[in-house]
Amino acid sequence: MNTLVLTVLTLSVLGILLAIILYFVAQKFKVEEDPRIDEVEKMLPGANCGGCGFAGCRAMADALVTRENIASLFCPVAGDGVMKDIAGFLGKVAPEKEPMVATMRCGGTCQKRPKVNHYDGALNCAVVNTFYVGESACAFGCIGYGDCVDACKFDALHLNTETGLVEVNPDKCTACGACVKACPKGLIELRKKWPKNRAVYVACRSKNRGAVVMKACKAGCIGCGKCEKVCAFGAITIENNLAYIDFEKCKLCRKCVNECPTGAIHLENMEPLPKEPKVVKSAPKSEEVAK
Amino acid sequence: MATRLFASPSPHIHGGENTRRIMGDVVLALLPALAVSTYVLGWRVLFITAVAVLSCVAFEYLICRFLLKRRATIGDLSAVVTGILLAFNLPTGIPWWIVIIGALVAIGIGKMTFGGLGTNPFNPALTGRIFLLIAYPVEMTDWTTSVPDALSGSTLLPTVKYTPEVVSDIDFMDMLGGQMNGSMGEISAFALILGGLYLLCRRVISWHIPVSTLGTMAIFAACVGATYSGTIAYQLPLFHILAGGALLGAIFMATDYSTSPMTHRGMIIYGVGIGLLTMIIRMWGAYPEGMSFAIFIMNAATPLINKYLRPKRFGTK
Amino acid sequence: MKTFPIGGIHPSDNKEWSKDKAIEVIDLPNEVIVPMIQHIGAPSTPLVQKGDKVLTGQLIGQATGFVSANIHSPISGTVTAVDAFPNGQGQRRIMIAIKREGDEWMEGIDRSTEHKRECTLSAQEIVAKVKDAGIVGLGGAQFPTHVKLAIPDGQKADTLIVNGVECEPYLTSDYRNMLERAEMMLTGIEITMRALGVERAIIGVENNKPDAIAHLNEVIARDSYRGIEVMPLKMRYPQGGEKQLIAAVTGRQVPPPPALPLSVGVVVCNVSSAIAIYEAVQKNKPLIERVVTITGKEIGQTHNFMVRFGTSLDYLLSLSGGLPEGDVKVLNGGPMMGRAIVDTTAPIIKGCSGITILSGKEAARGKESACIKCAKCVSVCPMGLEPYLLSRLARLQKWDMAEEHNTIDCIECGCCSYTCPSNLPLLDYIRIGKQTVMTNIRARAIANKK
Repeated sequence: MNTLVLTVLTLSVLGILLAIILYFVAQKFKVEEDPRIDEVEKMLPGANCGGCGFAGCRAMADALVTRENIASLFCPVAGDGVMKDIAGFLGKVAPEKEPMVATMRCGGTCQKRPKVNHYDGALNCAVVNTFYVGESACAFGCIGYGDCVDACKFDALHLNTETGLVEVNPDKCTACGACVKACPKGLIELRKKWPKNRAVYVACRSKNRGAVVMKACKAGCIGCGKCEKVCAFGAITIENNLAYIDFEKCKLCRKCVNECPTGAIHLENMEPLPKEPKVVKSAPKSEEVAK
Repeated sequence: MATRLFASPSPHIHGGENTRRIMGDVVLALLPALAVSTYVLGWRVLFITAVAVLSCVAFEYLICRFLLKRRATIGDLSAVVTGILLAFNLPTGIPWWIVIIGALVAIGIGKMTFGGLGTNPFNPALTGRIFLLIAYPVEMTDWTTSVPDALSGSTLLPTVKYTPEVVSDIDFMDMLGGQMNGSMGEISAFALILGGLYLLCRRVISWHIPVSTLGTMAIFAACVGATYSGTIAYQLPLFHILAGGALLGAIFMATDYSTSPMTHRGMIIYGVGIGLLTMIIRMWGAYPEGMSFAIFIMNAATPLINKYLRPKRFGTK
Repeated sequence: MKTFPIGGIHPSDNKEWSKDKAIEVIDLPNEVIVPMIQHIGAPSTPLVQKGDKVLTGQLIGQATGFVSANIHSPISGTVTAVDAFPNGQGQRRIMIAIKREGDEWMEGIDRSTEHKRECTLSAQEIVAKVKDAGIVGLGGAQFPTHVKLAIPDGQKADTLIVNGVECEPYLTSDYRNMLERAEMMLTGIEITMRALGVERAIIGVENNKPDAIAHLNEVIARDSYRGIEVMPLKMRYPQGGEKQLIAAVTGRQVPPPPALPLSVGVVVCNVSSAIAIYEAVQKNKPLIERVVTITGKEIGQTHNFMVRFGTSLDYLLSLSGGLPEGDVKVLNGGPMMGRAIVDTTAPIIKGCSGITILSGKEAARGKESACIKCAKCVSVCPMGLEPYLLSRLARLQKWDMAEEHNTIDCIECGCCSYTCPSNLPLLDYIRIGKQTVMTNIRARAIANKK
């Protein structure tokens, strides 16, 4: 009986003592923080992807609350709507950003860009990039070991084993930009996200001269300039033997797609413009139908 | 055949070492002890070892294929090593079904739960043995089928522990050759040392862990022995090294790769820890033998040792 | 016998394939393609244009800045292009293509075989001549030699260590140089000692080359080279690493980066570079050729060729019976630190001490399995690092932690990958870790300056 009482007593005294110590410690090391930071953090997606440029959503929330001007802060994952909500909650002006989507700009599939050597090292694009150009003869093309796929936190990128290229699922992509940083060849670009995931872009980054490109890859941009001439909006520029379509100026007219001799300009989720000879052929047909 | 050009970053050649060869070497190093045990204790030793090995391999295969759904890793022979070591830690008379339970705990809980070879924090064979020792204490300490003319009913360790005065003279030749009571693998110190030397020559293990473990035990025993009188006083250090699972533990169990530290300095601290803990348990603990518990405890300390004992950086003092 | 203090491995040296082949001077190729970057530092600036006539030994690439090197025409003829050509790794770099017309040398280059030992030039004059000749470290690192020889104010060297270790398996070019051109080499060392103002030079040679050691000792005694001694070293890779060699020979350890060998009073120079220094200073001959070992277990013939830079690898292979069939790996350098070549039209450059051809099973890497924490990589690392950890940290992109664990100390010797029983590509990942951390450190330094 005595033992029992003693045990209970000791433990109780110990418990009370420790609780008191804990209380004072908690008081002493308490960090004063704006409670709104918690609220804003809850509103953010919580993916901690770093797409905003901060270490995580908490850091972003902290910046949103403490900074006067939040025009430069944007969470690409949450998008416009949430940013407006947050701005409204904080009584600040929301930044305006168009929705963007990651675009992988290499069309050199296994068939079009033959392998000229066999890579035998660690299966990682950055490792390949430390010492040579990769398995094909093109020094600019997709290496295909998926550093970007590993970097994506939203399951938006996948390696197509048939083509050897990485593909982006625009519905899942949040444009956080992690893949852009991960690609050692700089192939991925955040481009304007059109309705229905439509897109026109040059799927090549090779700055080599046409002859060199042709030798390495049948789908590369040879810098011929036909697309530049046909573009009515001045959206296409050729620099270092490489065409680039400015997504701010492009109107998706698709004229350039038909002009490209190598098919380096990719068109997605849109029908291509009918080619001119076809127009002639199909014209009588439609008349017949009309009759 | 056409020429196919290979490319990879340097280095382009490899020493040829692989996991299967290392594990194969360990199995080979364990064979002398198995042979002596079979010779001294009879065919049942082979039977128990076979049950342990087969069930370890089977459990690893089944867990890999059906629970983890990945390629089975039994080809690296690590399950075979676990099986042999588990058997070596059991008495000869143990019922076969207990061996299978031990194998399940060793592979299932000790190894595969943590992701398989290389990621387990505790030595799988020891996990199995300690589980059995606590779950089936009677069967695990039943030495009746052991060497008939040695001190009956127990190993020498408890005798030396509780009544050192009755021990007049220890026959070291018997201990070396296998005339010693104990678990199957422990009885021949000579065969274990032979296996240890083979592993050292093949560079499978380094000297750091066995030497620091056994050295610590010897020094500890010498200090204790100084308080005794008679021949036992100076025989004690050698006795403690040869008795029980000391050699088996220090050479084969403590040196298990994934559960021991990565640096030589760390290995020495780890070995000293095992030696100290073993002797403390042997002298004052509830169990006569403390090797398994000592290794188990030091396994838990390994990540900490790895964190703080880093190798000496070139160019620094 | 001495060696370096920690780590190291013992790969079979495979030197028997080419060690008995005397240095052969080959017929000049009909065309050379000379890269404008054959050294560490800024690429050189081309001085010629398409259609220009050049002579052998003429300056065609001007060093850009202090850490850079001059480049000279290896043959005489007409420049056919100044353009981007692929190097061995398929990367396109600015190179000068020259079509050969005879072999007419620049005036002032002494091509006689007569040995000229006496040198009365001052240290500055020697360094200037070395700089003009475009000499870089011929052991493979390609660091401009004049930068090494120009000792900054306030620092002092007391010993010159000459690297005759050639610890890379297969390669024998330094070995042949030590046997066949010992006089030139020793005079080159004497000149280098003069430039550095040191009294002592030690040639480190591994004990798998006893005849080279004996021959050097004999020549030193016969021609009374004072202050130069040969030190046999116990065979162990990577003894030829600068820091390892200094530790093996002098017992001094160079502190961690950014410290240089000079911080322990030592300058290291390769045996082949010493010959180049002799030729530059005594004969006014710029660096336009070198000994290149062509070796491998399955190629037609192995050779030690005297090759003019810019000669295509295909040309050398055609003289050696071509590539074997099946799986082949062609290496610029040896199998431990050499770079894989995927374009055999690429030219031979200054740092190329040999072309090693691995074939069959030797060409392919083994299959990876899980790390078993065997700690072999830790015990073989000559820099006292934890390769398993650095590799993992790089894989997980924990650059800060990799920096904390001194990943920039790594000398990329490859001992860890060589020894790993799980065949893990440890160094592949450590290398990206090292490069990223170096970039981070540089970026921080720039940010701090601002």
